[in-house]
Amino acid sequence: MSVIVLSEQYQPMMPADDIVSDRLAKRRTRNLREKAIEIVLLCAALVSVATTVGIVFILVKESLVFFEHVSFYDFLTDTQWTPLFDDAHYGIMVLVSGTLTSSLVGLLVAIPLGTVIAIYLSEFAPHKVREVAKPFLELLGGVPTIVYGYFALLVVTPLLQMFITDLPGFSLLSAGLVMGVMIVPYVSSIAEDAMRAVPMSLREGSYAMGATRFQTAIKVVTPAAMSGLAAAYILGISRAVGETMILAVAAGMQPNLTWNPLEPAATITAYIVQVALGDLPHGSVGYQTIFAAGLTLMMITLVFNIIGHLMRKRYREVY
Amino acid sequence: MNTEEKLQNIRRIIARAKRFDLAFSLLGILSLMLGVLIFSALFGQMLIDGAPRFALEFFTSFPSRRAEHAGILSAWVGSVLVMLVTAFAAVPLGVASGIYLEEYAPKNLLTDIIEINVTNLAGVPSIVYGLLALGIFVYQFGFGQSILSAGLTLALLILPIVIVSTREAIRSIPAYIREGSYACGATQWQTVRYHILPYSLPGILTGVIIGLARAIGETAPIITIGALTFIAFLPPAPYQDVFPFVNMSWLTAPFTVMPIQMFNWTSRPEAAFQHNAAAAGFILVLMTLSMNAIAIYVRYRLRKNIKW
Repeated sequence: MSVIVLSEQYQPMMPADDIVSDRLAKRRTRNLREKAIEIVLLCAALVSVATTVGIVFILVKESLVFFEHVSFYDFLTDTQWTPLFDDAHYGIMVLVSGTLTSSLVGLLVAIPLGTVIAIYLSEFAPHKVREVAKPFLELLGGVPTIVYGYFALLVVTPLLQMFITDLPGFSLLSAGLVMGVMIVPYVSSIAEDAMRAVPMSLREGSYAMGATRFQTAIKVVTPAAMSGLAAAYILGISRAVGETMILAVAAGMQPNLTWNPLEPAATITAYIVQVALGDLPHGSVGYQTIFAAGLTLMMITLVFNIIGHLMRKRYREVY
Repeated sequence: MNTEEKLQNIRRIIARAKRFDLAFSLLGILSLMLGVLIFSALFGQMLIDGAPRFALEFFTSFPSRRAEHAGILSAWVGSVLVMLVTAFAAVPLGVASGIYLEEYAPKNLLTDIIEINVTNLAGVPSIVYGLLALGIFVYQFGFGQSILSAGLTLALLILPIVIVSTREAIRSIPAYIREGSYACGATQWQTVRYHILPYSLPGILTGVIIGLARAIGETAPIITIGALTFIAFLPPAPYQDVFPFVNMSWLTAPFTVMPIQMFNWTSRPEAAFQHNAAAAGFILVLMTLSMNAIAIYVRYRLRKNIKW
């Protein structure tokens, strides 16, 4: 019945040719719209590429201006960092030493602790413990770093001073320790994912040979997950090198060329914060130093990422 | 050596191996407990230190030179407004990128570049985003040290989180949903709009909340673009009495946010200000924790309810 009604409606109105061209026109607009949507979506995806290009562009551009004033050789070899003084020195190694020392302290906490937690959660823990522990670790990773900075300055430093009596109020040690705790969830979560991705058959093979859980975890699962563990460690290093607020609050902002964690020292990131807090005119050499410092920071992260990439390739196991 | 001795020897080896098992289990539990301990110490310390400051006035007063009169009004209003800008920028961009990469992207060099780029951006230190924003948003685009600059900076920062969670949510939708839609004559966009997006919504939401929880606690990039640490006024209200009733001038207003307010108080030597810092920190942690808890809950519900 309805078919007849439809045909009565349409046939007198349009000859067959018109119907065809009408349909074609509709298809054309539809195809056009589909194409337009795809292009809009592509543009959105390109924003992230633009971000990277923007970062590299702005860091390199301002740093190039900076290196017109300061020779590259001085930048790498000078042992003083006093860009805001009249007698200005620009020795980036001063800040790099603070960054690397605090990172080392942090990683000495984060890597062992993160690995043990990952192995425990992946190989030993009962299902229930894992269900509770994983969200908890996620929460721990979500605590703002400024809060960790407060904790390092007002809780950990006084606590450490009870054992190390001559520890100053600001130190790389206490900032680094707290930073390590902050990084543990990042390391453990990626390391655990890597270990759980190891096929069950490998563990079964190991158990069938009479190995215990510990032996299986250490001698079978860990080597098999090595490339994933390397990725976790590299992420931890990136976090440590780029961490800002804990160090700005608890390690002091005094540039200090030292490898001793018991001393206060400024890191690259803390220096950027210190300058940004002050009132530096746009375009001054002091303003450009933070971009040169930022470029150095990116270079350090890049080097570690390349090392990580090579390690992942070296240890990659294919099942 | 007779059979009995051999057996005993083997038993001893087994017992020793099992002791390692036990020892490692204990080590694992201890490590986890250390995490719990530190977390409770942190939370408890701030609660105890900040306790005298928890009162309504703390939320309704501006920062002040006298610690006991100082509050976080301008800080929490600033945080909310910045998050608004961040969400408005990061959600459409991130979801659109995720959809493009999962549903549209052809296998070519450009797609590879975008994918590698998203992975790498997630590892860039947050302060570098601050430098980017200082150069591009503040000076190149002339947005100044405003809520708009800060919101966009944090949007770029959490973009990888939103993209990755969108992709994961979309990837978990089985192919036959798409095939059914195409079989009924739907176009690619209709399939995305009426099938892919609705089904991946909870997953996307989880990612967005986790991203915003990260953004609300970020201090370094916002300090880098030059946010002020002492703000004793509010940005202009977003509504007005005369046409067109919406006032967008708050976007360009100077501002401060919760973590910066806390940083400012933490770095002062007087103990009274550190009570303020503790109270602000406690509220900040509470905010990020509840956002994360909501995200975990949404994901849990999602895993329970959807059975393809």
